Amino acid sequence: MGFVLIFAFFIPHHPFDALGEDVTVFFDIVAVFAFILGGGNLLRMHGNHIYTRHKDRWFSAVTLAGFLLMLFAGLFKIGQEGWCGAVDQPGAWFNNIYTATFDPLQSTMYALLAFFVASASFRAFRAKNREATILLVAAFIVLLGRTPAGDYATDWLPDSLSIFKVSNLANWIMSVPNLAGQRAIVIGIALGVVSLSLRVILGVERSHLGTDKS
Amino acid sequence: MALTLFGVVLNRTGWVWLIAGWAALAGVAIAQPADMQMWSVKAQDRPSDAGDAVQLFWSPIAPAAEFICYIVQRAPAAEGPFETIATVVSIDTQYVDAAALTGDVYFYRVAALDSVEAGAADQTTSPADSLSAASPARTVDTIYTAVAGPVNSTAQWFNLRRLNQFLVIIILSAAIIYFISQARSGKQLYVRKIAGLQAMEEAIGRATEMGRPILFLPGIHDMDDVQTIAGLTILARVARTVAEYETTLNVPVSRSLVMTTARETIKEAYAAAGRPDSYNDNMVHYVTDEQFGYVAAVDGIMMRQKPATCLYMGAFFAESLIVAETGAEIGAIQIAGTAQPAQLPFFVAACDYTLIGEELFAASAYLSGEPRQLGSLKGQDVGKVMAMCALGLGAALLTLHSLVPGWPILANMADWVGKVFQVR
Repeated sequence: MGFVLIFAFFIPHHPFDALGEDVTVFFDIVAVFAFILGGGNLLRMHGNHIYTRHKDRWFSAVTLAGFLLMLFAGLFKIGQEGWCGAVDQPGAWFNNIYTATFDPLQSTMYALLAFFVASASFRAFRAKNREATILLVAAFIVLLGRTPAGDYATDWLPDSLSIFKVSNLANWIMSVPNLAGQRAIVIGIALGVVSLSLRVILGVERSHLGTDKS
Repeated sequence: MALTLFGVVLNRTGWVWLIAGWAALAGVAIAQPADMQMWSVKAQDRPSDAGDAVQLFWSPIAPAAEFICYIVQRAPAAEGPFETIATVVSIDTQYVDAAALTGDVYFYRVAALDSVEAGAADQTTSPADSLSAASPARTVDTIYTAVAGPVNSTAQWFNLRRLNQFLVIIILSAAIIYFISQARSGKQLYVRKIAGLQAMEEAIGRATEMGRPILFLPGIHDMDDVQTIAGLTILARVARTVAEYETTLNVPVSRSLVMTTARETIKEAYAAAGRPDSYNDNMVHYVTDEQFGYVAAVDGIMMRQKPATCLYMGAFFAESLIVAETGAEIGAIQIAGTAQPAQLPFFVAACDYTLIGEELFAASAYLSGEPRQLGSLKGQDVGKVMAMCALGLGAALLTLHSLVPGWPILANMADWVGKVFQVR
């Protein structure tokens, strides 16, 4: 099947033209049914925590309550409008819970990222050795170059030295050394994907199937 | 110039459509080119497709500025009836009829509309819904080009636009298979050391000594992502070592299919290590498909269980830094690997070791130490040599071209080198 899909990429003729999409649809169908396994596992595991009075049972109780509430609200569609309307309809139970509870919680988690970026930068940008010092200087220029203060600080430079304006230096760092590094990584990733795919298709790599025996 | 008509403010594009619509309704204002006999449209099947399109090309009418748009018409027979299928509002001189059906025969012709506002045309191409409805009002005499056709759209068995990718894949695959066979025959192959993978056993040993669990995250994508597969191949190696060390392994996942696959992987790894009894299904547990719900649960697990070792192997996005920073907060030794270039800096900043891009895909082969798998890594190097040669050649050609601008062949050669590796 792996080889068929690879060759289908180069064959525009029917039935190969739609083969990739068909397989994706098959996968989605399998994934939907597999969700029953996931939901079942969630119920069993957290139910077990509550039943055995595990020390994390209160977290499990909150998880189960949220899961069952959303499941009930999602399935309880007995009308066309109002509370029992479609899940994406404004005013429906599911939609209300999603937008009033789940969305803000997701946003909160995402907002934490700003604080984590600060703490990670604090650790990463210490001038411990030569490479770290280069990283620190580059990061300082890029950060400064992305703010109006950077432009203001080097605005006095004449046009002949405009390359040394902080914003121009920041753009150069991002579009030359940074982009070159990114492209090298992407080329390596593409080659790695080809290599792993061949190993899997040829049966050389079978550990993800639970066995090394080919 | 803007004018309000029936409450609608007409800008340049509005004028174009107004004039085109009026012309179609009235069947007038079709300009007569001076060299009408010379003006023709060429219709041909679009190459390398599934047989669902016809390409049209025509030469521009001079002077182009006097013409506001071209009207493309299609008919099942040379004598008609012709139906307007599109208006090309610009100096564009080509159109793709993507509504052609495989095997059906079509005839095409193109008309040019005279412009009252020179230069009013813009660069948009869109179907002329209003025109097509009014097309019967037009007369055949108003069409300029000779009828082109018959042409029918047929499906091809090979996409020639992807020939370059096909050849690159063939060369790469041949190199990988060659080195696998070399390794099978017993030839020693050198593979550079990867620090993150060498530290893997040490990290598992540390968790064993501290009596704390090992946390493994296979990313947030499903089994249709090659990064998840790469993550699970690493999980198999990790699980085998964990089983030998009799340490606790915890694998929270965000996809049900990943859960079932990871369970099978770990079960087999424990069996291979001779400790099938130590395995239990709770090692792998489903959390949620939602990205931030998953990361919240994982953060909670990390803060409560305080794993000594955290391994992140797979597709990660915004959650990468959140989990890695939480891991750093609890003092865990952390090894990450992903093929998401945007997330690599976060992992590098927060983790002890990071597998960058290709190292993630090489990890399983590297950890297995099997000659056949190591041979496949060696085959990758051929691809790297190809990429380096192309980059060096392209850079040299463009540099030379900038020094000697009178030699356009240098730029053309650089362009050709770029096209060899272009993905279509």
